[in-house]
Amino acid sequence: MPTSLATPADAVVAPRRINQRVIPGFGLSMGITMAYLGLLVIIPLAGVFLGSLGMTWEHFWNTVTSRQVMASYRVSFGVSFAAALVNAVFGLLVAWILVRYRFPGRKLIDGMVDLPFALPTAVAGIALTALYARTGWIGQFTYFIGLETAYSKTGIFIALTFIGLPFVVRTLQPVIEDLDPEVEEAAASLGASRLRAWFTIILPALIPALLTGFALAFARGLGEYGSVIFISGNMPLRTEITPLIIVKFLEQYQYAEATAVATVMLVVSFLLLLFINLLQRWTESMGQARR
Amino acid sequence: MASIVTRIRGEPLRKSQSTTTEPAWCRRLMIGTGLVFLLFLLLMPLVAIAYEALRHGIGLCLATFVDPHARSAILLTLTVAAICVPVTMVFGLAAAWAITKFSFRGKSLLTTVIDLPFAVSPVIAGLIFILIFSGTHGYLGPYLEAHDIRVIFALPGIALATLFITLPFVARELIPIMQSQGREEEFAALTLGAGGWRTFSRVTLPNVKWGLFYGLILCNARAMGEFGAVAVVSGNIKGKTSTMPLYIETLYFEYNSVAAFSLASILTGLALVTLLLKNVVEWRMTRRPS
Amino acid sequence: MSIRALNITKSFGRYTALDHVSLEVPAGKLVSLLGPSGSGKTTLLRILAGLEFPDPGSGARVFFHEHEVTATPAGRRGVGFVFQHYALFRHMTVADNIAFGIRARPRAQRPGQEQIRERIATLLQLVQLDGLQQRYPSELSGGQRQRVALARALAVDPKVLLLDEPFGALDAKVRKDLRRWLRLFQEEIKITTVFVTHDQEEALELADAVVVMNNARIEQVGDPQEVYDRPASPFVIEFLGNVNRITAGAGHTTGSSMDALYVRPHDVDLQPVHSAERHHYALEARVQHVFSAGNYARVSLEGTGNREPFEAEISRARLSELALRPGDHVAVVFRHVRLFPKGEYIEADVDKGRLVTPSFEGTGPA
Repeated sequence: MPTSLATPADAVVAPRRINQRVIPGFGLSMGITMAYLGLLVIIPLAGVFLGSLGMTWEHFWNTVTSRQVMASYRVSFGVSFAAALVNAVFGLLVAWILVRYRFPGRKLIDGMVDLPFALPTAVAGIALTALYARTGWIGQFTYFIGLETAYSKTGIFIALTFIGLPFVVRTLQPVIEDLDPEVEEAAASLGASRLRAWFTIILPALIPALLTGFALAFARGLGEYGSVIFISGNMPLRTEITPLIIVKFLEQYQYAEATAVATVMLVVSFLLLLFINLLQRWTESMGQARR
Repeated sequence: MASIVTRIRGEPLRKSQSTTTEPAWCRRLMIGTGLVFLLFLLLMPLVAIAYEALRHGIGLCLATFVDPHARSAILLTLTVAAICVPVTMVFGLAAAWAITKFSFRGKSLLTTVIDLPFAVSPVIAGLIFILIFSGTHGYLGPYLEAHDIRVIFALPGIALATLFITLPFVARELIPIMQSQGREEEFAALTLGAGGWRTFSRVTLPNVKWGLFYGLILCNARAMGEFGAVAVVSGNIKGKTSTMPLYIETLYFEYNSVAAFSLASILTGLALVTLLLKNVVEWRMTRRPS
Repeated sequence: MSIRALNITKSFGRYTALDHVSLEVPAGKLVSLLGPSGSGKTTLLRILAGLEFPDPGSGARVFFHEHEVTATPAGRRGVGFVFQHYALFRHMTVADNIAFGIRARPRAQRPGQEQIRERIATLLQLVQLDGLQQRYPSELSGGQRQRVALARALAVDPKVLLLDEPFGALDAKVRKDLRRWLRLFQEEIKITTVFVTHDQEEALELADAVVVMNNARIEQVGDPQEVYDRPASPFVIEFLGNVNRITAGAGHTTGSSMDALYVRPHDVDLQPVHSAERHHYALEARVQHVFSAGNYARVSLEGTGNREPFEAEISRARLSELALRPGDHVAVVFRHVRLFPKGEYIEADVDKGRLVTPSFEGTGPA
């Protein structure tokens, strides 16, 4: 062994303390992150649960199941679900034509899809109301055929469709881009019609992303406030959404009741977030399987 | 030979003919449906805002901005954005650094907690700060009353609610970018003798500058446009705690439609500029792939 | 500067990357860490650099010359590290990349702008990239990036140069050129150098000493000739160069616990069956295939008795003498075989006067 040799493990003395983290700044960055999240998110949200713990169970239960609140759940969940469903269909269509087809104005439309994200909700609310009210450009026609658009559930539905659209489109777009055309070619070469390829090859690959987009749009719709209150008319038992119930309680200084309803909504939001996380993991694992 | 040539000419290969696309009529139908849908949903509201603002002439539209309440609303909105954007940036950078440059337990839980404000209704975002800071009902109420500190129905409350809403914006943009760039460049800087701060400012930051900018413009748009959370905590006192979106609401329900839409068109302009910048940044990021 | 690493253990969760590894690199030498992926070679290199640290409490220690650097952070070890994918700062020019380490020094030790510029020019000359100061990494070829990474590492006057798979990301032609260039370069500046590779040809051609690693341990250390000619374990002989592993009958005929014997294809000689004496060949085989595209002909064979496939490498002259065709029977003589009974090492060599013919048909060995 002329040039180098393995040395037996001799003279073993414990070295000085070793800092296992090579890149500096863990303490500082983690400290800032945890402190900020703790003060701004975790403690305040915990305050809601703490607040409802201060109520008697009976009071809590009577509040969150009172007639007006129950009616608001029906409106919020029902309309959010319907809007998310419509977004899933049209969002898929929009995402598909934006990725797969070339037509004039495609880039511009692609950029505009995020408008509901960037436009303040109050602005969206008054604009949609102006359009769909009885005297509005679109409202004239809908009322003519007997469809009430503003100050009804249909109005809420329109606002929530507007708000939810980018979630579905932006979730689907990268997945459609990643679809390998070779798989579709293989299906065609095996004699499958285009329609068959759509339902047996393309749609199954898009299902996780479609569900994720649907769930994101649904979750956003449940919590939405700004755009809805202008167009909904806010009629008790008919067009009151749950966030509005919370605001009304707060305006009457019924903080305990507001907290109780907020607790119910938070639990639903957390469950949805969990569900969305699982869906996203599923989407990613499908993406890896394709590679 | 001639007959073969003609036959080939008789059946030209259409450019669009392919096994991986729909028939032409179907494509046209899909594009048509998609465009009509987007026309009604996205474009018409924009046109409506401009029309409503200008329907009684430009003079009446501009008169809105002479209103001192409108001016104070604009100023308050700018102040809130000026507070929120830098704070959210510092948090976003710290969180992204901690999450992408180190391995530790509970990382995915931490990422989920950062996402929480996205999942929570804006109304609840306002409510949580009322429960803590309200002078009469809040956990800290007695203390704040004793020291004459106003949080709710004042600027601090508005800022807190907006900080909550905008919390994920910068971190969510930075984390995937920094994750895909890995840690090797930081390691290289460290072997060359650079300290932590130098590594961060000279190596990491320049690499994520477009992603950071992207996060900041989205954060700014949301900070200026937030309605629900701010509506709950601000008390909406004209000329004092009324932000632009809140003042738009006030004007609208006072049947002052022109003023409401005039003020709204400023925020619409902001949204369009945000979209434009966002697309410019996206274009920059794809043009110089990392 | 010499490097001494003692008793290095490193685990990632439940996975052990290094298991009590010790290694010494003398000053001024070029040493290669060779092994398959997952053998721990890159982890060892990163521990030498201070980019990973051994498990705390495992008693691991690292010395540079006589100084202990076990807990010293990377920036204060005086190492130059060249990353597998170069890790060039993509938003900086070549000049700024190279100057980064110099500019990171405390103000008192930092040379002036003019001196930095001269240093960059000298380094670029050294790596033969004169005049590329203002280019960005994205505007360079793979080989050029590699050399910029090297120049950047050398700019801080390291005492030790560490390279992680330095040629891994390059195409075959560039790789050969750069390899030769690095060898000359290292001889010129005489810096203690350790590089990681999974390519045995690269390790054997370039290094003064080769450290063969497998499964978180060092299998053998020696100069290239030594590890190739006198491999210490079945793993080393299989990892370095082509080898025939012949199993059937080995243990059963000799009565030992040997599970296989190893013969390099170029140590397999073929003779016509009729001319060879029965005692002088190991076994009879049938020709399966003859590949004669290169300088040497490769003959794939199958033992007639045990039907075990193996390969011989013979000169083209010998091939035409034998006029082999698929299906022909030949007598096989092993010039040089290696056996590893129970981890020990036995060598047998015709040149030492023993013709090794471990018979598979019951004929006793010579």
